[in-house]
Amino acid sequence: MAVTFSLPTVLAKLADGQSTLEASGTTLGDVVAQVADRFPRLAPRLRDTAGGPYPFVTYYLNDEDIRFRNGFATPVREGDEITVVAAIAGG
Amino acid sequence: MTTALIPERGQSRTTQAPRPLPQACRLCGASQPAAPVAICEECLGPLEPVYDPDRPLPDAATIASRSASLWRYREWLPFEGEPLLSLDSGFTPLVDAPALARRLGVGRLWIKNDSVCHPSLSFKDRVVASAINAARAFGLDTVGCASTGNLANAVAAQAARAGLAAWIFIPHDLEIGKVVGTAVYNPRLVRVRGNYDDVNRLCTQAADRYGWGLVNINLRGYYGEGSKTVAFEICEQLGWRAPTAVVAPMAGGSLVTKLAKGFGEFAKAGLVSGPAPRLYGAQAQGCAPIVRLVESGGEQIQPVVPDTIARSIAIGNPADGRFAAQAIRGTGGWVAGVADQDLVAGIRLLAETTGIFTETAGGATVAGALALARQGRLGPEDEVVLCITGNGLKTVEALQGVLPEAPLIAPRIRELEALYGRDL
Repeated sequence: MAVTFSLPTVLAKLADGQSTLEASGTTLGDVVAQVADRFPRLAPRLRDTAGGPYPFVTYYLNDEDIRFRNGFATPVREGDEITVVAAIAGG
Repeated sequence: MTTALIPERGQSRTTQAPRPLPQACRLCGASQPAAPVAICEECLGPLEPVYDPDRPLPDAATIASRSASLWRYREWLPFEGEPLLSLDSGFTPLVDAPALARRLGVGRLWIKNDSVCHPSLSFKDRVVASAINAARAFGLDTVGCASTGNLANAVAAQAARAGLAAWIFIPHDLEIGKVVGTAVYNPRLVRVRGNYDDVNRLCTQAADRYGWGLVNINLRGYYGEGSKTVAFEICEQLGWRAPTAVVAPMAGGSLVTKLAKGFGEFAKAGLVSGPAPRLYGAQAQGCAPIVRLVESGGEQIQPVVPDTIARSIAIGNPADGRFAAQAIRGTGGWVAGVADQDLVAGIRLLAETTGIFTETAGGATVAGALALARQGRLGPEDEVVLCITGNGLKTVEALQGVLPEAPLIAPRIRELEALYGRDL
């Protein structure tokens, strides 16, 4: 499944300056793994040593926080938009 | 009263913006030069201003001689040099509340009454006063925020006064008082279909793209420090001592976190002594992720979809929730989740016992304090401060259908006596 993967500026610096990437996978975790393989410097910012998301990085699948779905195990569909947002904001 | 911020006759005020302090990551410690950035590049953790530990600090008498605003504590605010903007926010009344103390069964009780904070009637005037000086110092000509209402009011008002453009983003279903209390200052006000957490995500992306100074996004490190002044004022107004317990509402969790920091900084400076107050946090049951975190003993926030009339504290994914929980646990405090009908009762109880009309967040604080007292967590030996953070005129919808309807009569004595008899 081909999806778009959007990064905040602070992380885009580690992806050759690209804030929007094309990627693929059957689950969100697959997509993150593929992006991590392509950009080794970005990899440790996307997931922790156990392979899960950090508490201060929020992933949205289309408009939904993946914590309301099934985390990295959430299936993705063709054309989905994945957005990575730094969680320290608001309040 | 001598003031340090209002120039003496014949002196001109400085027009040089204060210099924001550099920042460091709260999690990994990485340094960051002063900039409108709130996220650590190394780990995406939160940045906080770094104060020079050797800076000269004022004594109590010096602080007491300064003007009645939050800037009397400027050595603990994130700038070098004097602020230029919003010089008159803060230093709100600490109101003795003996009737409410009796209802709770505590020794003494005071209301920290930020429902009259200047200029927009909530504690958000404090954080915006700090952030807007940072915006000016960074040369930003546009500020903004994601808001549940009170922050929208504060940013719009203070931006108008400073001559800055403002972009304000709010959930689509805010109370009319908060919408009008923002729109009147003529910012770019945008209503977003969704809840606060949706608004916050949009604003995080907007700050990243447009380079605005969004006070609770990329200026957040400077913004949050303003909340410490609530703790400083409580200590000074109690005669340079801390209470035994403080109860505050929780939305993003920043206020409780900064209260802990503020009480700690005054103790470290030798301005107060004795144990730090126990910190208690209140949320509406319909949006209580920090309450759940503390009660569960966990470490990570589990976000929720808000479902409460207390919109000003309806943040389902609180950025500082983890730190608020740490502050509460670290001081021996606890939490309370209150039902909507109980927070409405809390609004009424506060009004009837203290003459203070608060909004829904304040109702949650009062109801939370009652619950904590019933549990024995607050008792006769306690001196308690309730942080009332916003004004009730902003959320009158919460009381619709709750208060008795006033009878309507013609302007005749016989009609009055027909209602109430002759023994008025």
